[in-house]
Amino acid sequence: MNSIPIEHALLLSGILFMLGLIGVLIRRNIIFMLVSVEIMLNASGLAFIIAGSKWSQPDGQVMFIFILAMAAAEVSVGLALILQIYYQLKTLDSDAANKLNG
Amino acid sequence: MNLLWLIPTLPFLGAFILVLFGSRFSRLVNSFIGAGSVGLAALITLFVGFDFLSASINAYQYVAWQWLDVAGLSAAFAFHLDALSLVFIFVITFVGFLIHVYSIEFMKDDEGFARFFAYLNLFVCSMLILVLADNLVLMYLGWEGVGLCSYLLIGFWYSEEKNGYAARKAFIVTRVGDTALAIGLFMLFQAFNTLNIQDIATQAPQLWTVGTNPPLIIALLLLGGAVGKSAQLPLQTWLPDAMAGPSPVSALIHAATMVTAGVYLIARTHVIFELAPVALIVVGTIGATTLLLAGFAALTQYDLKRVLAYSTISQIGYMFLALGVGAWSAAIFHFMIHAFFKALLFLAAGAVIMALHHEHDMFKMGGLKSKLPVIYWTFLIGAASLAALPFITAGFYSKDQILWLAWAGENGNIWFFLAALLGAFITSVYTFRMLFIVFFGEEKTHVNHAPGKLISTPLIVLAVLSLVGGFVELPHTLGHFTLFSDLLNPVLPSVSLKQDVESLEWIMQAIAAVVALSGVYIAYVFYLKSPELSDKIKESGKTLHQFWFSGWGFDRLYDALFVRPFVFLANINKNDVVDKMYEGVVTMAIGFNRLFVFTQNGILRWYLMGIVIGGIVILTIGLIIS
Repeated sequence: MNSIPIEHALLLSGILFMLGLIGVLIRRNIIFMLVSVEIMLNASGLAFIIAGSKWSQPDGQVMFIFILAMAAAEVSVGLALILQIYYQLKTLDSDAANKLNG
Repeated sequence: MNLLWLIPTLPFLGAFILVLFGSRFSRLVNSFIGAGSVGLAALITLFVGFDFLSASINAYQYVAWQWLDVAGLSAAFAFHLDALSLVFIFVITFVGFLIHVYSIEFMKDDEGFARFFAYLNLFVCSMLILVLADNLVLMYLGWEGVGLCSYLLIGFWYSEEKNGYAARKAFIVTRVGDTALAIGLFMLFQAFNTLNIQDIATQAPQLWTVGTNPPLIIALLLLGGAVGKSAQLPLQTWLPDAMAGPSPVSALIHAATMVTAGVYLIARTHVIFELAPVALIVVGTIGATTLLLAGFAALTQYDLKRVLAYSTISQIGYMFLALGVGAWSAAIFHFMIHAFFKALLFLAAGAVIMALHHEHDMFKMGGLKSKLPVIYWTFLIGAASLAALPFITAGFYSKDQILWLAWAGENGNIWFFLAALLGAFITSVYTFRMLFIVFFGEEKTHVNHAPGKLISTPLIVLAVLSLVGGFVELPHTLGHFTLFSDLLNPVLPSVSLKQDVESLEWIMQAIAAVVALSGVYIAYVFYLKSPELSDKIKESGKTLHQFWFSGWGFDRLYDALFVRPFVFLANINKNDVVDKMYEGVVTMAIGFNRLFVFTQNGILRWYLMGIVIGGIVILTIGLIIS
């Protein structure tokens, strides 16, 4: 394949990570915060694949499968927690969960 | 004579035991410990005195231990017994013992019985240390000790606010004098590198010549200390208010002993004073003006004890006058006789006040002559001695010696004599005014109960002493019996007379006798025969009467001169500038807290932002460092 400079690829991964981070920080809806966390996870996975492609090793792609599996487990747990929050607070606004203030 | 150390130690032990266990012992045991310790000390004084006089030595030294030995100042806890201190310890222990016995009955209903005797014993111990000290540092210890005990005893009934105020006033005013004394001691040490009294006495004439500045300054500073303790001008304002204490306290401290500490100091350091004739003139002038000032003030008082307080100030003025003209032994003689009759007068006054259920106003008393006979006769003898009625009273011999030497002594002059003579007249008037108002006339307050043996016996003993005590020193015209001045001769220089005046002594004595008796007559006319006359005079001279009544306005003067400016200055810093600095730190901390507590709001996104910012900061630092 045509060589894409690795800096560009890592830059793509970094931008995706930042977008995810900003999404987590700005979004008030908990579900969208979860989606943004997913974007961050995928961005870090992309970084692994880029590294594996550079060194022509399969380890990068192996890591990506690990990350995917972990992300799936985490999403299921996260959604369960979100359901609980919704039952308690009757809203999906993350600012409503501020009982630990002071 | 080896028992000399016991004399101050026994009262100290008494005070110590009473402080620790007094509240647990019964009243009887406390009385025994309190009065017994001083009684034993008096007994030992007798033995020691006898031993000393029969051994016919000039001085006896007893060193207990080495107290200070630092930077050239070597002061020992040592006692120096000579004729002067012998006279003083005799008076202190004997009169003290009589007053202790009196106090057993006087304070018998008081809650603080043990505390009273503890303080009294501590006072006697401090006063004995003061007069027995062989160096000025130890004397200063006794000096401060008696000041402390005076404060404790004046404010003995501390639940009344005015007693505490009087005690503080006494302490602060004498403190001014104590500071002058301390500075004098510093200068003495600088000059001689020792504060041993005998060493200074031998070295001073070699180091300084008569009339130079150093002995003048030091003598004036020592005089400042003496003036404070002895309640002379200008530090006399504390003594009339000190009458807030119980009567035995007034008798012991403010009549017989503490206020004479100034006289003792000047007599002890007479070498320095003789090197500064100007200082001696100042001493005499202070004595003369004070005796007149206090005499006029005593004429207008209506509180029985305040008359006696002003009378004490006046009589100590006589002693200062005697010291000023160089009549050293005459001053000490008058001290001894004054201790007898003034203690007697105060104790009798206390008995009267107690019998009339704490009535202090003379004009509410009257007709007590038949109701309280023992007190009347002893009071009469004391008053006669104070007024120096001729021949029979001891006061005549001591006061007339001062009168004579005020004129005929080498340094005497006519003004001192006239002041002393006028003072004698006023003394006679106010003394018998007091006697007539209290004991004669119609009875205005009923007598509760007559005093018992423990009160009457000391009164009788002191009355006898006020009569016969003077016979130890008879003037030239009456037999020239100089037992007392011979006793003091090795210690105090004798006074020499002007030329060709010896034959005139009988004229002076006649004048003095006439003056004293006419004072009695004036008091009789104005207060017994036709009391309306005195009321008319009081009305017509109201401002003068008020002025003399307030002690010549000294309290108001000091209030305006010292108290108000000090309170003003203290008010400026009422909100304490330095405190503001610490408060500022606190305010800053609270301000920052208000700022940062904003971030503790429990909102998840804020905390995430915190993590992100922290991460950025660390990465930045890491980039910069590498």
